[in-house]
Parts: sequence; C-alpha cells; structure tokens
Amino acid sequence: MITANGFSATRRPILRRKLLQGAGLVALFGLGDLPFGIAPALAAASDKYPEDAFKQKRDADAIKALYGTSAEASDKVKLDAPEIAENGAVVPVSVSTTFDNVTSIAFFVSENPNALAAHYKIPAGTLPNVANRLKMAKTCNVIAIVESGGKLYSATKEVKVTVGGCGG
Amino acid sequence: MKIRRRDFLKMTSGAALSCGWQRLARAADAPTVYDLERFGNARILHLTDTHAQLLPVYFREPSVNIGIGEMQGRPPHLVGRAFLDHFGIRPDSADAYAFTSIDFEKSAGRFGKLGGFAHLKTLIDHLRNDVGHERSLLVDGGDMWQGTGLANTMQGADMVEAANLLGVEAMTGHWEFTYGEKTLRANLERFKGEFLAQNVYLTEEAAFNDAKALDPASGRVFEPYSIKEIGGYRVAVIGQAFPYVPIAHPKRFTPDWKFGIRDGELQKLTDGLRNTDKVDAVVLLSHNGMDVDLKLAGRITGIDVILGGHTHDAVPQSVPVTNAGGTTLVTNAGSNGKFLGVLDLELAKGKVSDLRYRLLPVFSELLKPDAAMVALIDKVRGAQAAAWSGKIATSDHLLYRRGNFSGPVDQLICDALRSELNAEIALSPGFRWGSTVLAGQTLTMEDVLAETAITYPETYVQGMTGSQIKDVLEDVCDNLFNADPYYQQGGDMVRVGGLSYTCTPAENIGRRISELKLANGRPLEAGKRYKVAGWASVNEQTGAAVWDVVARHLQSGKPPNRQTSGVTLKGVDDNPGIAGQG
Repeated sequence: MITANGFSATRRPILRRKLLQGAGLVALFGLGDLPFGIAPALAAASDKYPEDAFKQKRDADAIKALYGTSAEASDKVKLDAPEIAENGAVVPVSVSTTFDNVTSIAFFVSENPNALAAHYKIPAGTLPNVANRLKMAKTCNVIAIVESGGKLYSATKEVKVTVGGCGG
Repeated sequence: MKIRRRDFLKMTSGAALSCGWQRLARAADAPTVYDLERFGNARILHLTDTHAQLLPVYFREPSVNIGIGEMQGRPPHLVGRAFLDHFGIRPDSADAYAFTSIDFEKSAGRFGKLGGFAHLKTLIDHLRNDVGHERSLLVDGGDMWQGTGLANTMQGADMVEAANLLGVEAMTGHWEFTYGEKTLRANLERFKGEFLAQNVYLTEEAAFNDAKALDPASGRVFEPYSIKEIGGYRVAVIGQAFPYVPIAHPKRFTPDWKFGIRDGELQKLTDGLRNTDKVDAVVLLSHNGMDVDLKLAGRITGIDVILGGHTHDAVPQSVPVTNAGGTTLVTNAGSNGKFLGVLDLELAKGKVSDLRYRLLPVFSELLKPDAAMVALIDKVRGAQAAAWSGKIATSDHLLYRRGNFSGPVDQLICDALRSELNAEIALSPGFRWGSTVLAGQTLTMEDVLAETAITYPETYVQGMTGSQIKDVLEDVCDNLFNADPYYQQGGDMVRVGGLSYTCTPAENIGRRISELKLANGRPLEAGKRYKVAGWASVNEQTGAAVWDVVARHLQSGKPPNRQTSGVTLKGVDDNPGIAGQG
C-alpha cells in the first residue's frame, strides 16, 4: 500500500481495529517461523515504489507510467465518491469490483498537481475492496483503476470542491 | 371582509380550490373553501419549509427561476404567465396570486396574507377530521425551526411546541442542524413525532471515538424511516435530510456527521421495505430540492411519492417520473406556511392503486385561527416580540427576496453592508426564505430578523482580489446551474452590491460570469484587491451581527438605492423561467 499527499489509507474504524489485531498476529508468527531474510526480499520485489508514476502531472501520463497501457471504462468497477466534497482536504472514496484476479487498484485525481494519489497491490485471495481519502485541489474527476488479469478497467466520477455557503 | 370574500368567489380558479361557488358562498368562518372531494382511503398532509413563520405572511414567489438543459421549461422552472398556462390557473385569480409573482402588490391588497400556524392548525384539523384521524398522517419536510428572530433566539424550541400542537408525526431536517447536535437532540427529546434521516452518518473519526449513533454497524445517526399504520395499511415514510448541510453551512455545527444524497443506500432501504417488511406504500419525505428529487426519482425504484421541499417551489401538481420499476410522483410544497400538500391515496395490498395530489394555498382570511395555537403563539412570542416591535423605518417600495439573482431585500442588505462597513463591494447569500414587505409597511426589528436570523450572522470585511471574487461567483453559480442536479445545492445566486456582471447560465463553471464592473463603471481587475463586506460566512467571523448593521443603516435615513440588480443575463432569452426582475 502506497499513498501520496501524506494521507494514509483508511478503512472503516471497526474493521481497522480487527485488521490491526490481525497484523499483530502475523508479525508474531513471522518472527517465530519465517526464515530470516525472506520476508524483506519478498517485500522489495512486489512493493517497488513507482516513483516515476507519482511524479507525472496528468492522469493519462501517470496511468501510462504506472501500467504502460491505458484503461477501458467498466461498470464492474464501483467507485463510491461524494458528488460534492464536504472537505476537499479529506475526500472519502472507495472502490470495489466484481472482476476476478485483481492484482492492483489505483486512484487518480485529474487536476491535482500530481495525478496519481494511491496505488494498492492486491495480494492473491484478497477481496478487491479499498477505501482511501484524497486531498483534492479543486473540482475534477476522480479515476479508479482496477488491474485484473493483466488488463485495466476504470470508473470515473466528478467530485466538486466548493467554497460552500449560501445554501437555501 | 365581505368585499374580500367576493373577490375570492370571483377569482378562485379550479386548479387548487376545486370547490363549487355555492359552497363558497356559505362560507362564514368554517373553512368550506377547503372541503375537498373525498378520494381514497388514506390522506397524507405535507408541510415543508415553513421557516418558523408562526404568523401569516406576504411572500412573493419568484419572477426568475431559470432551468437549464433538461430542466428548462418544466416544473419547477416556470414563472409568471408560463406557470399559469402550464397549470391551467386563471390570471387574476387567488391561485395566481398565491403561486406566481404576477400583479403581486395589487393582489396582496385583495387576497391578503397566507399561512400562519393558527390558520394551518384549523386547516389541518379540518382535513384530518374529514377522513378520520386514524386514516391520516401529517409530515414536515424540515426548515421549520429557523427563519425568525424568535426561532433563532429560542433555538427552535418554540417551533417544536408548535409542531407538537399541529400534530406533526414525522419530520426531516436542514436548518435544524445549524443549531448544533446538542440543541438538535434536546429539541428532538421534546418533539412528539419522529425525526427521520436516511442520509446522515457518523464521520469515521466520530465512529472511532464511539460518538452516539442509531446503531454502530451502519453508522447512521437517525432512524432512516418509520412504518405508519394508516387505515389498516402500512405506509413507510423515509426521511431524506438536506444532503449538503456541512457544505452550505459552517461545518462546526455538525463536526461528527456526514451527509450526501446516498441514493444507493436509499435503494437498499426501499428494497428492504418492499421485499422484507412488505409495506403497502413507500413515501420519501425529502429535503433534496426539486431538481435533485426529479433525478433521484428516475434512478431509484420502489418509491410511490416523493414529498419534496428545500427549493421552495410551489408546484400545484405532482410530476410523474418513470424509472425501471414504474412511476414515482415528485412534489414540492412551497414555503413559509403558504401551502399545504394534500396526498389522497387509494391503498391496496402491497400497492397504491390510485392517488390524488394537490397543493392548497393557505389563505389566512378564509380560515378561523385555532384558539389553542393562537394562545401558544402569544405565549412563545411574549416579551421578545414586544421588544422587537418598535418602528425602524417605513418601506417605500416592495421588499422581497426570492429570485435567482437578486431581490430588493438583498439589495438593501448589500447597501447596508457597503455603507455601514465602508466597503466597495458587498456579498450576501441567496437564501430563499425571508418574508415580503409591501410598500408603505412599517419595518421593525422583527421584520429585519425575518430576513437575517441565522446562527452565524456575523459580518466580515476582507480584502479579495478581482479573480477571487469572480471565483466565488462562479462557484455559487455552478451550485445553481450545474447541468447535473446532484451537483446543485439549492439556494439562489450570491447577491452582490457595488458590482455588476453578466451571467450565461448555460455555460460551464468558470465561463458563466463575465463583464464584472464596479459601481463606478470601471472593470473589476483580476489582480487588484478590493474591500469586500459580507455575512453568513462558513468560516468563523467576529463582526457585528448583520441584523444590527441593517437596522443601523435603516435608522440612518440614507436614501434607498434605486439601482437595479446589475445582473445581465445571456443565452436565456426565451426561457420560461424569467418573467421580470430578480
């Protein structure tokens, strides 16, 4: 899990408590049974920081830098985001999909200084369901990309960032 | 009084007051004009956006209510003559006066004020007794607790008492939230009905900190719906609060709650009510605003009727919207206590087999005020009303607020801000509440408060560049004219003083506002800083309350500003949502 903009990924709080407990158990297990040296090596192979992709300004360039190809829109990618953000600094978005063999999920904010916001590697056997918070500079599209079976599928939604006030 | 009654006899058209002349003729103080033809086996009465107007009011409907794109030329975006033609209302009739702005001042003298809770109480009791209390239901769509100085001072507590006496059984909310969670909950403790809101959830931080919720699993803060037994049938009422409370108002009032339209959750609820609870009808009590409700009705299946509010659209008939599951009827019931929505249903097992909807104008002079409600109103107004009754000024022309871009009330407020706070430019929010004052009427503090009473009335003066000012105008204008209703917030355009501009509503954000000019005719410069005064900021401010600023200005006796709104419209020449200034 890698996020940009200094915002960590979040899940529903109750889930997070359980996940935290689960993570603790895995760590203990790892310390006791895994041969020393293997875990760091695995992590290095699969979690290489996509520095070039995070540096791209435009979403299309970031997608190309990250995946080397472009995505096709699909209604099997369910992107949940507000129409109007309650706070542009922390916009809650989540994505789920019915595609099988999902290997990664990424979020892009088209008008942010750097479009790529987060890129998640999805290990085999994991439900492809990710929630994230995005910091958004202004009203623009949020794009979610799901990588499944080597192909890219996307969902896009405009999220409005407004100065607020003046409601009836 | 006799001449007045004769006017009603002649002028009442068939659209809403569909009773015969003879029955009208024997109207003494019994509300015979409101004897409706019996229909169906259940009656739901819908009140919305009364904005705490306990007493009858004048309220001029808009002469500018533009619809763009798909919304153009269809309700609620019809005004004036186009409105009358669409709904078959006779010009010059009492209905024409209630529903449109045509000849407002002339008709106000003939037909008088509308609404008032004591008059509403009489009408509501009459319509409920007519079908039997157990076959009727009274619901309120929100914005009942805000809109007067009294409601603001009492933080809505006066309105809870009035709602209880009126017999409101379910409500949802909008301005109710601007009193903050503690006051809202205290008021709801005393409220005898239910507060319903399917679209209010704890924020993740609040949930993590175990803030109070309806149930921790869903994170919902309020009951999303209630199932009411009406005449042996089960009717589900789902509440939909205003979806953009923390955006349209200061976030500090509701820090633990998040809102939104959440139509996906609404579909799940509706499916559950239909398939599991096996209800016979589903009604959405909505504070979305009519454009949002029309879009929602096309996407969500299983809702029979949306009883809508927020946008203050007085729409005489329901609008049918087809969706994948059938047809949903969408209504909007006006504001300020001027109207009462009457939904007569023919309920059958698992379905509504037929229905009738009408929006009744509440002509105060045709209704004998209910004694118990009069006593309650006198009690809650008490000393406070007396303290605000002193004359501040006399209005020399018609003062109203409603309209997409401007109105004399807000021009007066902008004048007051510029003159009292010594600013070049003034900004004032495009609220849709606030009563109308006729020329020659005395203005009191109570009148000033009826246009300004909110929980964040502080004024501000700040430096803004020309480009920042344009951005604000573009931003608010998009809330009004975005082609997708889900991106609209309701409310009207921010009002400006000391500034004129051209607006092209059909354009996209960033391209609607042009030709910005100062009062002296010079163009507004993007990089230059200007002194801007305003009020009702979503950010915390420390200036004097706007009502004191306005009162000071009125007392100073400065001549009124006779300039027009200064807004030139482009690309909407034939739009039936325009019938004059505003």
